[in-house]
Amino acid sequence: MQEVQITVIDVCGTVKELVFPTRLGLSLMEALKSAGYPLEAVCGGMALCATCRVEWQEGAVSEPNEAELDMLDTLPDQQPASRLSCQIRLESLTDGQAILRLNPTKF
Amino acid sequence: MLETDVCIIGAGPVGLFAVFELGLLRLKAYVMDTLPVVGGQLAEIYPRKPIYDIPGYPSILAGDLIDRLMEQIAPFQPGFGLGQKVVGLEAVEGGRWKVQSENGEVVLAGAVVIAGGLGCFEPRKPDLPGLAALEGRGVTYMIRDPEVFRGRRVVLAGGGDSALDWTLQLSEIAGDLTLVHRNSSFRGAPESAARVQALADAGRLRLLTSTALVSLEANAAGNLSSVTVQTQGQPAWSLEADDLIPLYGLTPQLGPIADWGMVLEASAIQVQTDNFQTSVPGIFAIGDINTYPGKLKLILSGFHEAALMAHGAYRHIHGGAKPSFKYTTVTGVNGL
Ligand SMILES: Cc1cc2nc3c(=O)[nH]c(=O)nc-3n(C[C@H](O)[C@H](O)[C@H](O)COP(=O)(O)OP(=O)(O)OC[C@H]3O[C@@H](n4cnc5c(N)ncnc54)[C@H](O)[C@@H]3O)c2cc1C
Ligand code: FES
Repeated sequence: MQEVQITVIDVCGTVKELVFPTRLGLSLMEALKSAGYPLEAVCGGMALCATCRVEWQEGAVSEPNEAELDMLDTLPDQQPASRLSCQIRLESLTDGQAILRLNPTKF
Repeated sequence: MLETDVCIIGAGPVGLFAVFELGLLRLKAYVMDTLPVVGGQLAEIYPRKPIYDIPGYPSILAGDLIDRLMEQIAPFQPGFGLGQKVVGLEAVEGGRWKVQSENGEVVLAGAVVIAGGLGCFEPRKPDLPGLAALEGRGVTYMIRDPEVFRGRRVVLAGGGDSALDWTLQLSEIAGDLTLVHRNSSFRGAPESAARVQALADAGRLRLLTSTALVSLEANAAGNLSSVTVQTQGQPAWSLEADDLIPLYGLTPQLGPIADWGMVLEASAIQVQTDNFQTSVPGIFAIGDINTYPGKLKLILSGFHEAALMAHGAYRHIHGGAKPSFKYTTVTGVNGL
């Protein structure tokens, strides 16, 4: 797959469709930041801060790794659909598309 | 009231190294941090991770770098106000600055260095109605002295290492102890989790897994009286409690720094790059908290900024006089 299409619902509810190339090997966190979303990503993608959290709505995606599960487990308001966008590689979106909601909590 | 040449806000790596650079110019520093420990992000977020871009160290653990910095600045005998969140910064007569913490500690300084990183480390809070009104009235996020919980009915919430460790400690002290965790198992240290389970099996504490906090109730005096919880698939119920201690880790928040009148740009303090002074003369900003063209949020860059800042602070304090520039190989390190 050359591209993935991601529908982002931001904290105000605004919906945007974005298309990213997969060949750059970006994480979803990096892609969202490059699209101008204000993710803090304090730890730079090490699954240590949760400031890149998103709520997954639709789309096949790789399962969370141990580091991601550990971090999510410490949050006061983890949802079953919570994911750390820094731990998701764009090429792991096997449907080529996804819908996600940015998390309003400022961590 | 404490008096010092320079008050440094933030005890991360950059604030700590600033003590050294100021010390070389014979300026005495007092360092304040909201955390009870020094080290900033390195202590709070990644103490066991190796860093590979500190000059002279092909690899060094973040925690070890902080230990080395503490050793390096020890000759200058800095003062430390740990567990002090700085909330107030105001100019007073004589061109000095009054720095005030939330707990009322006051420091008078000739110059102020903000090395606040990404902001104050603050506890992550659960989203519960009425939580704020009960803070300090039964709801606590940091345990400073476990003895204050002796004989009390305590509910701890969280699933990480610190929730497990405190559960073990408080099991000896609290009158009635409950640990509430949202998930079905613990991912933290397996030995601690096993010991908590054993204490629960022995009836020494109540362990509620797959359980969420739902609401808090207060008594007529406005203090916490009970915590309503709900275990998956069961009805909610109320647990009588004197204390609720949510332990969900810490996360940085810019906090009061935004209110001190300096020009900001996207939550960072603008500085000039010859001395890292902010838009307010006498207030300097170094490390992750500042911004200027080409800024890189690296420890290395923060160290460089500390050196130039020290010369700027010297001039500010000494009416424009230029400090003499000497190598440490020539002068050695002479304590204050
Ligand atoms: C996971 C991770 C990996 C990293 N890896 C590297 C790396 O390999 N190399 C590298 O160079 N950098 C790395 N960094 C970045 C590096 O950690 C930061 O650049 C560095 O910590 C900045 O130091 P600092 O002293 O400016 O701020 P911090 O370390 O953020 O410390 C600031 C301190 O100020 C305190 N504070 C703030 N406001 C107040 C207030 N009002 N009152 C009291 N206290 C206050 C805070 O509590 C905090 O302790 C990494 C960061 C993370 C999170
Ligand atoms: S960027 Fe820190 S957890 Fe993803």
